[in-house]
Amino acid sequence: MHEMSLAEGIVQLVEDAARADGCTRVKAVWLEIGQLAAVEKEALRFCFDAVTRDGIAEGARLEIIETAGQGWCMKCEANVVVTALYEACPICGSYQIEVTGGNEMRVKEFEVE
Amino acid sequence: MCTTCGCGTGHTLIGGHALKQRKAGGVQVQYRVPDHSAHDHDHVHTHGEQDRLPQPIPQTDEGANVENNSLTRAIDFGAGPAGAHAPGLTQARMVKIERDILSKNDGYASENRSYLAAHSIFALNLVSSPGSGKTTLLVKTINALNGSIPLAVIEGDQQTDNDAARIRATGAPALQINTGKGCHLDAHMVGQAMQQLSLQDDSLLLIENVGNLVCPASFDLGEAHKVAILSVTEGEDKPLKYPDMFCASDLMLLNKCDLLPYLEFDADLAVENARKVNPNIQVIRISATSGDGMEEWLEWIKVGCEKTVKEKACDE
Repeated sequence: MHEMSLAEGIVQLVEDAARADGCTRVKAVWLEIGQLAAVEKEALRFCFDAVTRDGIAEGARLEIIETAGQGWCMKCEANVVVTALYEACPICGSYQIEVTGGNEMRVKEFEVE
Repeated sequence: MCTTCGCGTGHTLIGGHALKQRKAGGVQVQYRVPDHSAHDHDHVHTHGEQDRLPQPIPQTDEGANVENNSLTRAIDFGAGPAGAHAPGLTQARMVKIERDILSKNDGYASENRSYLAAHSIFALNLVSSPGSGKTTLLVKTINALNGSIPLAVIEGDQQTDNDAARIRATGAPALQINTGKGCHLDAHMVGQAMQQLSLQDDSLLLIENVGNLVCPASFDLGEAHKVAILSVTEGEDKPLKYPDMFCASDLMLLNKCDLLPYLEFDADLAVENARKVNPNIQVIRISATSGDGMEEWLEWIKVGCEKTVKEKACDE
């Protein structure tokens, strides 16, 4: 359940930035999570609620923006959409695909009062 | 899935079906707001439709919510975050940070990597499921190297000092990290362990991660390579079932190959599956018990160590 560590990472980033900005309450947090990132979103929500307790982000809404997986097919020499790491190229059926995007886990922004 | 209230289908599948909403004492429990009618849905989506990306609440300059429905087009100044309106002021403020969630860990990992490079230490992060034979393989590796390369071992387990004790019995310095309830090593833990181990220059550092084929994939420790160990007593489809780990690894050791005659394990299929997930993954078939493949593995380590020393010499 590494989502607990991820949630702690999110809360640390948000709390540090919120304090530096002089705000006392965080109402919502927007994340960008790639489709290929090793994150179970439901678990992340559960952990986020747990680790925000008693902090300035307590009760904050967690919004997850999912970004599509992207890869470079070495056979087609083209960018292709990848929905899972073990999937074949949708054009040529080869597995020679290097993931080029959609594995990011970022805190984009947050809303403060 | 509605990302405000958690309703709808998620991505956790049980028997191929989406996770059911939890029930407690016959009452349906939702992760967030108990009922759709209980929140005002100022986020842009309609229930029952396909998942849509959540959007920041549309606001005018003065903080009013804009209802974009052709029948009920209205501007509501009371529905903003502050519930009231002050001319010229937005009621809520967005703070952009654009930081990677793992940036803290990655910062520690990059410190570890700089330290390792400065001392030309070749570090490997060994990852696998529990019981794949990591520790036995490490013991045999240390014995086979027979002091030709100075080395140290960091052992990660939830509890007990058993693995570090097994390594120390070979005469190599080893430090156990107990993660408690944690399921992986992180770069901060490894950085502290590195300091305590007082590593030698031009050496090898073997980090045995917690036996877990999921979580350690995301956490960079500052190592040169992740090495995934898959034993033939597992399944050929492990790389497909746990793709993140095989994607993050540069080398796969197919271990316990001495047992192949007694098992219905298709080694070629296992390698093919690993390459489906990661076309660049190198594979060494090995048996810590019989010693088959050990030579290739030791050679791979030696090449890595020499490369690390050369890279440091080039930097100076």
